[in-house]
Amino acid sequence: MSLLSEVLTGGITGGTSIQFAAQGESISERGGVVNLGTEGSMLCGALAAYAIASKTGHPWFGAMAGAIAGGLLAFVHAYFVLSRKANQLATGLVVLFLGLGLTSLFGVDYVQALAPSFRSTAIPLLSRIPFIGAIAFKQDMLVYLSYVLMPLSYWIIFRSRWGVLLRAAGERSEVLTAHGHGVISIQYIAVVVGGMLAGLGGAHLSIAYTNSWFENMVQGRGFVAVAVVMFAARQPFKVAAGSYLFGAALALSPALQSRGYGINQYALDAVPYVVTIVVLIALGRRQSNQIPEGLSKVFEASIAG
Amino acid sequence: MNIRRLIPLAAAAAVLMAACGSSAKTTTSATTLAPATPTAGTTGTTAGTTGTAAASTAGTTAGSAAAIPTGNGPGKDAKTIGFIFVGPKDDFGYNQAAYAGSQAVAKAHPNIKVLTAENVPEDDNATRVMEKMISDGATLIFATSYGHLDPALKVAAAHPNVVIVQQGNVISGTVPPNVGTYFGTVYEPVYLAGIAAGAATKSNKLGYVYAFPIPQTIANINAFELGAKLSNPKAETYAVNTSAWCDPAKQARAASSLFAQGIDVITQHQDCTATITKAAEAAGKMVVGYHADASSLAPKGWITGSEWAWGDLYNQIVDTVVAGGFTGSKFNANYRVGYKDGANPFVQSKFGPSVTDATKALIATQLKLISTTGSPFTGPILAQDGSTLFAAGAAPAYADIESKNTAFVQGVVGQIPKG
Repeated sequence: MSLLSEVLTGGITGGTSIQFAAQGESISERGGVVNLGTEGSMLCGALAAYAIASKTGHPWFGAMAGAIAGGLLAFVHAYFVLSRKANQLATGLVVLFLGLGLTSLFGVDYVQALAPSFRSTAIPLLSRIPFIGAIAFKQDMLVYLSYVLMPLSYWIIFRSRWGVLLRAAGERSEVLTAHGHGVISIQYIAVVVGGMLAGLGGAHLSIAYTNSWFENMVQGRGFVAVAVVMFAARQPFKVAAGSYLFGAALALSPALQSRGYGINQYALDAVPYVVTIVVLIALGRRQSNQIPEGLSKVFEASIAG
Repeated sequence: MNIRRLIPLAAAAAVLMAACGSSAKTTTSATTLAPATPTAGTTGTTAGTTGTAAASTAGTTAGSAAAIPTGNGPGKDAKTIGFIFVGPKDDFGYNQAAYAGSQAVAKAHPNIKVLTAENVPEDDNATRVMEKMISDGATLIFATSYGHLDPALKVAAAHPNVVIVQQGNVISGTVPPNVGTYFGTVYEPVYLAGIAAGAATKSNKLGYVYAFPIPQTIANINAFELGAKLSNPKAETYAVNTSAWCDPAKQARAASSLFAQGIDVITQHQDCTATITKAAEAAGKMVVGYHADASSLAPKGWITGSEWAWGDLYNQIVDTVVAGGFTGSKFNANYRVGYKDGANPFVQSKFGPSVTDATKALIATQLKLISTTGSPFTGPILAQDGSTLFAAGAAPAYADIESKNTAFVQGVVGQIPKG
């Protein structure tokens, strides 16, 4: 396998968990809520997926459980931020630690458990496309699901009626209220869907990529996802590109090392962060106008209504 | 700032604390958020200890009873002992083994209270957790991770009556009277496992996924390659690092990269080890274990491995400290114990189904040799660049081996990461 195709293959596999979380966070932020607890939702998703796959013997049940667990933790965030008007950033961090604590508490029994995982499955015909086939279409089912998610996320945010309401909730919530829509309920859905996708991302780590559960196994990928969303200006395709780019940069180090190349380790470890930030800044020069106006404030129905 | 907005935050924090504090297990969040960590862990551990206390008192201490030095040194008559771990106690690896050792101490010393704290980072958090343990009465602390040494030295300097022993690192220069480091000669069983790996490989390519290029790991990788070369002169070891003690996704990626290069036997030096073992089995490759017997995860591909049995050594240290004889004892130094002393806390795991009798016999011969006059590092041993790491002659002393393993030996493919 050539270096390039190995890095790209690894970029897709390694970037998928980040992409799920980042697409979810995009939806949440479009609705006006930043969720720094994304990492926590990923951890909950990773554990729930592993536990349920282990109990039921079916990875799909695991993936569903992962989405539900990620969504539940995001619901906690939504409750404090939307219903109790707590500070978004502080609550997000508390929710992260809640997820970390809960998963290390309940995860103990699953470190040594076995669970079925998604194996890589070649897609007929597509996997035979020269070069691209082997990279993109010999992956696991959750990766394929994430391919569908990209255009779906785009369609939901920019083409669907709900997307209009979502963006309005994030930009000018007063307008929605004036038209008789419930801003809070739309934001609740956005945050919880965001958490469910982060949970799926966690599930990809535990029951597709590594086939194992360890405490704190997400290792900061949730924060990377939040950063990717900010640099990619909440545009689904840029978000996907940023996620894969980060994954590819992560895959570069082992690919070079297994070929015997010696490269400055600290530089190599910094590559994923530097490359992702630089490229996304270059991609999203106009991003400053695209930050939802409601992102930094909390909707007060009493003021608007 | 509206007071109303603070209430839910406080509530969330309370939920969090409740979640962490109510369990016997100290969690990362507690460690990072609040200095109350050891207390949370203590409650459960102590309770557990009391329950099993009566079960076994003798046993473990018997072997070392004869040679315990006595005196009025620091930590004499210790009533409380602390253990700090860098990771969770259930990691199927390093921390789990160290935790099991702490429980062996609790079992052998029913009158001593054993405090444990998991997920203690290798920074000022470690200082804080150790200070807390001392204020809770601990006069002997086991700091079980490599990077716990600096905090340990700092805390020991501030508390001359408390003994702190550190697992795996090396103190350079003068060793303070209340500090010591201890470790097994991990590279010895790794060397023996390398022999089995060299005999098993068809592609002559072995893979080594490690975390950081610390001297211990470099010695392991070199010993593995030297063992492999003994049974298979063509065997090469490809080394890839992850820059993390437990990042399963990075491990999975490293394994994929190595398999893509044709590696058919893989081993590792990571804190959590299940991911690579499972990846090898799923890819139809062979695996040499580390830290724990994981043969159940790779029934087909398991060759052998190395695993920890800390209880005896921990108990010897505890008995020495309790008798007041720590200062000036062998533990008040960079203590390394290996097969030559008969009590290496790092032992060989069982063999998998594919290991032939001829290989087992070769390993038995080498075990005998390194237990008497030999060593995996008996020279001449050359570095990748052709310079001499170990000159020809007698087997090097245990104390010299880590410090002289400054480069990969010939046959290792890859570079030691540089800053």
